[in-house]
Amino acid sequence: MFKKIMVPVDLEHLEKMERTRQLAVELARQYGAAVCYATVAGRVPNRAASSPEVLAEKLDSFASEEGQRHGIQTEAIVKPSTDVIIELDRKLLEACSECGADLVVMASHIPGVADRLHLISSNAADFVRKSKVSVLVVR
Amino acid sequence: MSEQEGNQDPQLLVKELEEVYETDYEIGQDNVNAFGLDLHNPVFFISALLIIVLVVTALLFPEAADKQLTATRVAIGDWFDWLFLSAGNIFVLFCLALIILPVGRIRIGGEDATPDFSLMSWLAMLFAAGMGIGLMFWAVAEPVGYFTEWSGTPLDAGGGDAASALGATMYHWGLHPWAIYGVVALSLAFFAYNKGLPLTIRSTFYPLFGDRVFGWLGHVIDILAVLATLFGLATSLGLGATQAASGLNFLFGIDPGLTTQVAIIIGVTAVALVSVMRGIHGGVRVLSNINITLAFVLLLFVMFAGGLIAFFSSVGTTLGGYLQYILPLSNPVGREDETFYHGWTIFFWAWWISWSPFVGMFIARVSRGRTVRQFMTAVLIVPTVVTVVWMSAFGGNGINQVIDGVGELAGGISDSSLALFQMLQNLPFTNVTSFLAIVLVLVFFITSSDSGSLVIDSITSGGKTNAPKSQRLFWVVIEGVIAGVLLAVGGEAALDALQAGAVSAGLPFVIVLLLMCVSLTKGLHHELQLIRYGSAESS
Repeated sequence: MFKKIMVPVDLEHLEKMERTRQLAVELARQYGAAVCYATVAGRVPNRAASSPEVLAEKLDSFASEEGQRHGIQTEAIVKPSTDVIIELDRKLLEACSECGADLVVMASHIPGVADRLHLISSNAADFVRKSKVSVLVVR
Repeated sequence: MSEQEGNQDPQLLVKELEEVYETDYEIGQDNVNAFGLDLHNPVFFISALLIIVLVVTALLFPEAADKQLTATRVAIGDWFDWLFLSAGNIFVLFCLALIILPVGRIRIGGEDATPDFSLMSWLAMLFAAGMGIGLMFWAVAEPVGYFTEWSGTPLDAGGGDAASALGATMYHWGLHPWAIYGVVALSLAFFAYNKGLPLTIRSTFYPLFGDRVFGWLGHVIDILAVLATLFGLATSLGLGATQAASGLNFLFGIDPGLTTQVAIIIGVTAVALVSVMRGIHGGVRVLSNINITLAFVLLLFVMFAGGLIAFFSSVGTTLGGYLQYILPLSNPVGREDETFYHGWTIFFWAWWISWSPFVGMFIARVSRGRTVRQFMTAVLIVPTVVTVVWMSAFGGNGINQVIDGVGELAGGISDSSLALFQMLQNLPFTNVTSFLAIVLVLVFFITSSDSGSLVIDSITSGGKTNAPKSQRLFWVVIEGVIAGVLLAVGGEAALDALQAGAVSAGLPFVIVLLLMCVSLTKGLHHELQLIRYGSAESS
C-alpha cells in the first residue's frame, strides 16, 4: 500500500516523538516500506548540530541505526534553510517530493520547533493542507 | 606545512586545534520554556525589566530624562572623543588588512559553504540594514549644512567650499561606519558559522574568555546589545515618524500632528509584522530588493534631472574632497573645530557603534558562504563607492541649488528632515519623486523593524534562531508600541532622552568592538592553521 514513509524528526527532541517513530517503523514493517527521516536544518548553529553538514551526518547515522535495530530500509534527507521557523512547511513538502514518499507520519507539532508554535498555527495542520500525499498525524 | 612543523603528525595537530573551540555549552541550555516561548535566562528577563523601567522613567520625567541622558551622551563625547576617533581608524585598517592578508581566503561557514542569497539581494540587505534611512535624510542636509554654515564646518574650513562639505559627508558615511559594521558582522558570522558557537554577541569573545562568556560577562554584553538595539530602533521609528509626517505635510498639506505620526508607526509596524511572518527570504529580502530598485530609480532621476555634467563634476569633487580630508578628519589630536568634531563626527561614531550589534548581527545572519575577502569587499568597498555616487547626486545637486540661489536650500537649512524634499522641489516631477522618497523612507523603516526583531529575538533566546515565531512578532509590536507611547505621552523629549541613552551605549561598545578585533584575529588565525594542517592531513 505504501512504498516510502517520510518521518520529519528533530534530533534535539527525539524523546518527545517516541510514538511517532514507533508507528512509522510498524507501518514500514507491515507494508515493506522504506522510512525516510527528514530534518530542516538552520544555517545558524543550534543545539542539535553546529552546521547543516554536521546535522546531515548525525541524521544519516540515526537513520542507519534505526534501520538496523528494526530491520527496515531507511534513508535520511536534510533540507538547509536560512529561516527554519518560517520555512519549515515548505522545506518539508520539498523533502517529501524529493524522497518520493507516499505517506508522511508526523507528530502534531514537530517537537522542539513547532510544538511551541501553537500560539500561531499548527505545523502539521498547514502541512496536511498543502501535502499531496497521505499524512498521518500523531497526537 | 607538515615539514615546517618538524615531525609532528598533522592529524594530531588538527585534533589539538579543534579542541580549543570544544565547549560543553549547549545552545539554549539556559533557556526557560514557559507559555510556549523559548527565552534566555537571565538575558530576556533583565532586558525586559530594564526596558520597562527606562520607558516608564522617560514617560514620567521626559524633560529631566532628556536633559540628563543628553548630558551623558555629550559628556561621553567630550571625554572619549579620542577613543571613538582612534577606534574608528583602527577598524578601517583592520578591515582593509583582512582583505589583503591570507586570512581573506577563509570562507564563512567552512570551505564547502555556498551563499544563501544572491549577490544583489545580499548587497540590498546590507544597505537596508546599514544606513538606508540615514542616506535618505542626510544626503542633502549634511553637505548643504556644511556649505551654508548651518552647524559648524569641517576643520572650520568655513562655508562655500563644496570639496570639504562633500568630503566630510563621505567621511561620515564611507569607510568608517562600514568598517564598524564589518568588524561586528564578521566576528559574529565567523564564530557562529565556522566555530559553531551561538549567534549572539557574547560568542565573539570565546577565544579571549573561554566558557566564561556564557556567564555574567556574556549576560551583560548581550543585555546591553538588546537595550541599544531596541531603543535605537524604537526612537528612530518615533522620530522618523515625525519626520515622515512633516514630509507629508510639506508635500500634500496633511496635518503632521500626533494622529498622522501614530498612524505612520502603526502602518510601519503592521507591514513589518507581515514581513516577519514571511521570514528572511520572503520578507526582508523582498522588501530590500524593492527598496534598492526604487532607490536606484530615484538616483538615476536626480543624476539626469540635475544635469549629467554637473553630476560627474560632483563625483570628482566628492572623491577629491574625501581623499583630501580623510586624514585630517581622522586625526584626534589638536582639533579646534569643536562644533563639527563633537556635534557631527563623534556623534556619528557613537551612533554607528551603538547601532553595530544590530546591523552586524543582521549582516552576519545573511552572509554565510562568502569568503572573508569577499565579505569585507562587499561590506566596506562597495557601499563606500555607492555612497560616493549617492552623495554626489543628492548632495551635489543641493549644493548647486545653493550656488545658483534656487529654492529654499539657498536660504540655508531650516529643517534638516525637509532638505531632501526641498532639493527635489526644484527638479521636475516633484510630486512623483517626493512621494517615491517618502515610500523609500517608510520601507527602510519596515526592513529595520523586521531585521531588528530578528536580532533581538536571537539574542534574548540565547543565540537560537529557531525560537517560536511569536517571539519575533512580539519584538516588532513592542518596538512600535514603545515608539508610539513615547511619542504620544512623553512627546519628542522622551524619544530624544532614550535615543541619547541608546547612543551612549556607544561607549561600552567601542571597548567591546576593540576586543572583538583581537578575538577575531585569534579566531581567524586558528581557522587558517586548521585549513593548512587539514589539507596537509588529506594530502
